[in-house]
Amino acid sequence: MEFWFSEKHTPNVKMSIRVDRQLYSGQSEFQRIDVFESPEFGRFLTLDGYMMLTEKDEFIYHEMITHVPMAVHPCVKNVLVIGAGDGGVIRELVRYKDIENIDMVEIDEQVVEVCKKYLPQTAGWLDDERVHIHYEDGLRFIRACHDRYDLIIVDSTDPFGPGEGLFTREFYGNCYKALKDDGIMVNQHESPFYPEDAVACQRAHKRIVESFPISRVYQAHIPTYPSGHWLFGFASKKYHPLKDLREAEWNQRGIPCRYYTTTLHKGAFYLPAYVEELLANVELTPD
Amino acid sequence: MKEKLSQERAPIYEALEEFRKMRVVPFDVPGHKRGRGNPELTALLGERCVGMDVNSMKPLDNLCHPISVIRDAEILAAQAFGAAHAFLMVGGTTSAVQAMVLSVAKRGEKIILPRNVHRSVMCAMVLCGAVPVYVNPECNDDLGIPLGMSVAQVEKAIRENPDAKAIFVNNPTYYGICSDLRSIVKLAHKYGMYCLVDEAHGTHFYFGEGLPVSAMAAGADMAAVSMHKSGGSLTQSSILLTGPTMPEGYVRQIINLTQTTSASYLLLSSLDISRRNLALRGKEAFAQVVRMAEYAREEINNIGGYYAYSRELCNGDSVYDFDVTKLSVNTLPVGLAGIEVYDLLRDEYDIQIEFGDLGNILAYISIGDRPRDIERLVSAMAEVRRRFARARVSLMSQEYIEPEVAVSPQDAFYADKVSLKLEEAEGWICSEFVMCYPPGIPILAPGERITRPIIDYILYAKEKGCSMTGPEDANIERLNVIKACEQ
Repeated sequence: MEFWFSEKHTPNVKMSIRVDRQLYSGQSEFQRIDVFESPEFGRFLTLDGYMMLTEKDEFIYHEMITHVPMAVHPCVKNVLVIGAGDGGVIRELVRYKDIENIDMVEIDEQVVEVCKKYLPQTAGWLDDERVHIHYEDGLRFIRACHDRYDLIIVDSTDPFGPGEGLFTREFYGNCYKALKDDGIMVNQHESPFYPEDAVACQRAHKRIVESFPISRVYQAHIPTYPSGHWLFGFASKKYHPLKDLREAEWNQRGIPCRYYTTTLHKGAFYLPAYVEELLANVELTPD
Repeated sequence: MKEKLSQERAPIYEALEEFRKMRVVPFDVPGHKRGRGNPELTALLGERCVGMDVNSMKPLDNLCHPISVIRDAEILAAQAFGAAHAFLMVGGTTSAVQAMVLSVAKRGEKIILPRNVHRSVMCAMVLCGAVPVYVNPECNDDLGIPLGMSVAQVEKAIRENPDAKAIFVNNPTYYGICSDLRSIVKLAHKYGMYCLVDEAHGTHFYFGEGLPVSAMAAGADMAAVSMHKSGGSLTQSSILLTGPTMPEGYVRQIINLTQTTSASYLLLSSLDISRRNLALRGKEAFAQVVRMAEYAREEINNIGGYYAYSRELCNGDSVYDFDVTKLSVNTLPVGLAGIEVYDLLRDEYDIQIEFGDLGNILAYISIGDRPRDIERLVSAMAEVRRRFARARVSLMSQEYIEPEVAVSPQDAFYADKVSLKLEEAEGWICSEFVMCYPPGIPILAPGERITRPIIDYILYAKEKGCSMTGPEDANIERLNVIKACEQ
């Protein structure tokens, strides 16, 4: 007897993970939530059948979306995290003692409850006293914010389904408004590889470029995401992700990581030629 | 007949399902033969869809002379809407409006109507030769929108034109404004006139709770209901409702004057299924629409600048009631014309709204909307304000220019004409339509005198990017005027 979880990465490509057992299955107001236990990847969370994280490779995503901006901005006190119901980003953030406040906005309370119960590896830090969880639409929450945050991390699902609004021009514009004058926004930026993902990636980049003076893209290798090649966006009002990297300062903090290093930080911004071309195509064209 | 007719039934839909199972070999039109003759179209629309694109035949009835399943569907629709009869229409609400006008007025007969009627009403008058008597709709000058008809104005028009055959009412207007329909109906009937209602934007009045009164409930004689707007059916499908005063057979004859003899079963089945859905679930569905519209209104008003208006406009007369499902927003305090916000939402934010005029936009909220899309709309409007707001200057908000009817629309339309440059046309009688679209309200109709304010308005609306249609000269640099009637 064999159980397999399969996700279609394209209509013609499927990735399958052998499953020992299903730990949870439920339907929230917004999406279907499942947690499985697997021999190779440990526990993993899927939303509407799409892989969100596995215990084995989540560190790559969470370290890269968090430490890259933290090593650039000199003084992050107030952070907004959008999405991130699994708690992985929060786990990385609470390692910084000088962060004073973390607002986390997650639309689906049930995701947080499920992760707290079944995925303590990521969700075990949500009770930190600096963390304030708001269960509402990210787009709605940020409308009311002006000049408030040093860092915004957009840990969204894909640009279809409940996360759709987090890939829009209006959202990025509102993020710009919600950031302080030297604020940074980092976002989950999809994959450049398969054509449909690449289009989503291009559209997101175009909208961020239109909204922020500095907008760069960096990459990481995440085995369980489609194609394994994943991008993040670094958008900022003032700091350049490489010129303003505070390498020594960050290393002094002594935060142990398994993926991120300040050397990798620099390398991550050097992209394959086809990705550079993909992004450059939308940087200058008016529409 | 298998079961007795009830609102759970959808006779046309059921007949189509039966028909599909029969696997009948088609040696009739349409020639695509269930899509096989047009594989690209089938790939686009899907096999089920093209398979239902069939012609009238015995098991499926005939819209020109319904005796079985279409008849049953019409009976059910009439029940659901509280009408004496309901006609399924496949030529849009335009065809329903046309049928209303043609049913009550002949050449030379008068119809009392507000200026802000849809172009279809004017077109119907060109067809039948009826003469319009305009009731000046009051205007809200701050918002720059025409309101409903005041009862006193209607009574004045009736007294001055006791020979008029009918009163025509927009209820609600595009912006959601309702007139005192019950009183107007009463007045019309007192003077022996019909009351016709363009209810293109009011399908939900028949099913929702706490909404303005519907035409049939108010006792109107005929109403044109755009099922494809708030009712959820396919574009171009519509329903014409009649009260007990209207002879069904005669109205059917009128409809058949201009209606296709190849009515689309996609449209007919969509009407049938939508009617069933509204009858069974409309109350809850529209309660949700109202909740979303009220939420959006509150959030938009919280942005600052914008004014999303609602029932507070009610004044007991020209704004007798307001349709709260309409999300109409005045954009002038942000320093932007409605059409500019309309364009920005589409070009910058991939959001398509229903229309923008000089001072307002309308976002159409319906049974298909999701809260997350409302969040996008509100957020995009906040961004439009942050990025593009200007000081409130030099925005001409006046929308309504009183028309001067010199000859009947039909006489003007068919008269000998000359083409003049727009600037030179002042004082001449126009022989064609000039519309600002949307919302499709005439600036000029055939038979009306071209005045300076009208020329200025055309130039201004063109400059603001409104889509102007109607004249033979698509660029609207020239207008056709009546040859014989120089100033």
